[in-house]
Amino acid sequence: MLNQDTRLELEQTARQLRVEVLKMLNTARSGHTGGSLSALDVMTLLFFHQMRHDPSNPNWPERDRFVLSKGHAAPALYACLAEAGYFSRDDLKTLRRLGSHLQGHPDMNKTPGVEVCTGSLGQGLSQAVGLALAARLQGRSSRIYTLLGDGEVQEGQVWEAAMAAAHYQLGNLCAILDANALQIDGEVAKVMNVAPLGPKFLAFNWHVLEVDGHDLDAIARALADAESVTDQPTMIIARTVKGKGVPFFEHKASYHGVPPSDEELDRALEHLGHS
Amino acid sequence: MAEKIATRDAYGKALVELGHADQRIVVLDADLSGSTKTALFGKEFPERFFNVGIAEANMVTMAAGLAAGGMVPFASTFAVFAAGRAFEQIRNSVAYAKLNVKIVATHAGVTVGEDGGSHQSVEDLAIMRALPNMTVLCPADGPETAAAIKAAAAHDGPVFVRLGRAKVPSVFSADCRFRIGKATTLRDGSDLTFMTTGLMTAEALAAAEILQENRISARVVHHGSIKPLDVDAVLLAARETGAVVTAEEHSVIGGLGGAVCETLAEGCPTPVERVGLRDQFGQSGTAEELLSYYGLTAAHLVEAAERVLQRK
Repeated sequence: MLNQDTRLELEQTARQLRVEVLKMLNTARSGHTGGSLSALDVMTLLFFHQMRHDPSNPNWPERDRFVLSKGHAAPALYACLAEAGYFSRDDLKTLRRLGSHLQGHPDMNKTPGVEVCTGSLGQGLSQAVGLALAARLQGRSSRIYTLLGDGEVQEGQVWEAAMAAAHYQLGNLCAILDANALQIDGEVAKVMNVAPLGPKFLAFNWHVLEVDGHDLDAIARALADAESVTDQPTMIIARTVKGKGVPFFEHKASYHGVPPSDEELDRALEHLGHS
Repeated sequence: MAEKIATRDAYGKALVELGHADQRIVVLDADLSGSTKTALFGKEFPERFFNVGIAEANMVTMAAGLAAGGMVPFASTFAVFAAGRAFEQIRNSVAYAKLNVKIVATHAGVTVGEDGGSHQSVEDLAIMRALPNMTVLCPADGPETAAAIKAAAAHDGPVFVRLGRAKVPSVFSADCRFRIGKATTLRDGSDLTFMTTGLMTAEALAAAEILQENRISARVVHHGSIKPLDVDAVLLAARETGAVVTAEEHSVIGGLGGAVCETLAEGCPTPVERVGLRDQFGQSGTAEELLSYYGLTAAHLVEAAERVLQRK
């Protein structure tokens, strides 16, 4: 699907974005590390391969929209937006600071490129349904993408929105589930089991795909496949690793809401080949 | 009194007019479209009407998405579900985001009647008034509702409109204007002021008539805009008449009575009597019986006026 050059370029971008996320969180001294890293490969594909958008014209009406329903992964979103050119990379140092346009959770009124306000879990899919209906009513070809967490689908509202998306046959809506299997209090399966995810969304009349959420080719194929389905919303269940890219963060719920220390940052950057 | 119209009926008709005038208007409901009267819009503009089923949280948040996409959504359900069930969705997806969503909540207050206290919202004004960025409207009657709905559509930002189930007498004329943030003095008077909202405005006008027979001159200032409150009108009436009775079909905590007391305590300390539900839920009964039971009639307003005059 991806040619060799494109894949190498995207891999390099994802690595660079991980570096930015880790630095940003270390400077901020607070924020969500694990879930930002697990989502980054999917978001790299979206922002630098799949979506039609124009950072020099954030309000371009025909753009595709991205809703970060798991808003606590804001550092990953901000890294993507800065890399794409919505604002200066220097701004990333101001994450979570008083007066910064980079709030702890995404704020559409403060950050260029942020489409809605998210962070209160369970609301992004409903917002995406509204955006998809608006695009359809306006006769636009825009596609709406939203990224949810697997802990997030414990929120009942996600299923209200899932019902609505299928009911309105929103082929222009593609949700990606960042299934890293961990939430703040531990394993999703132990806190409140959400499995089986695929059959649940199938039963809600969605087009469902499952991929390795760190395999760029597989993600690209799934995003293209989603576009070919016009009368159903698509759910891409991306099996991911919390903390992906930094071995000592991987698979650890304890790094859900904890930033890297100075020493951890150094080791992480070394691992990512960035010194 | 002129013809009695339920504010929800006036809403349904106003929506259809708006739908013809502005293609961006979309309407959402949560399986109560026959009661909220949004079904009128749904019949006229089926492609712009979304009945989301019994899912208020999703309805409000979908409305936020539609607004973010450039539409002007009106989302309706009963007040108890709008301000209650979907509160945090209104808070974060609508008010915090400053999105152009209109929440029109019908069946507010005890005049819901027979369905009982579980369905009679007595706290929605207090809840919505506490939200930054939120405009809160509570029209008195049918004509003012039609004007308020148009004003809400013309206002860029979140609006909560409180409407009722019961037919209420009209105190405004069909050509009335609605100005967000402005009160309307419906009757002049010098001894005290009734500051009222919703259907209690008609009761206050009736109470003022009764008081007149006893040579007590009562002013009636109607607050169709609870937030922003017309602070100048509140202070002026308090200074000129020296005594205030607030009246609302809502808890005395946090609604119009609360807003007026906050304003007067800071700007012009004045004796106030608050008429409303005394920190209690409603119950089943006819609308008329319940208004009487909870002290929301002209006769009760006369008593409150007499009490406040003694404190003057």
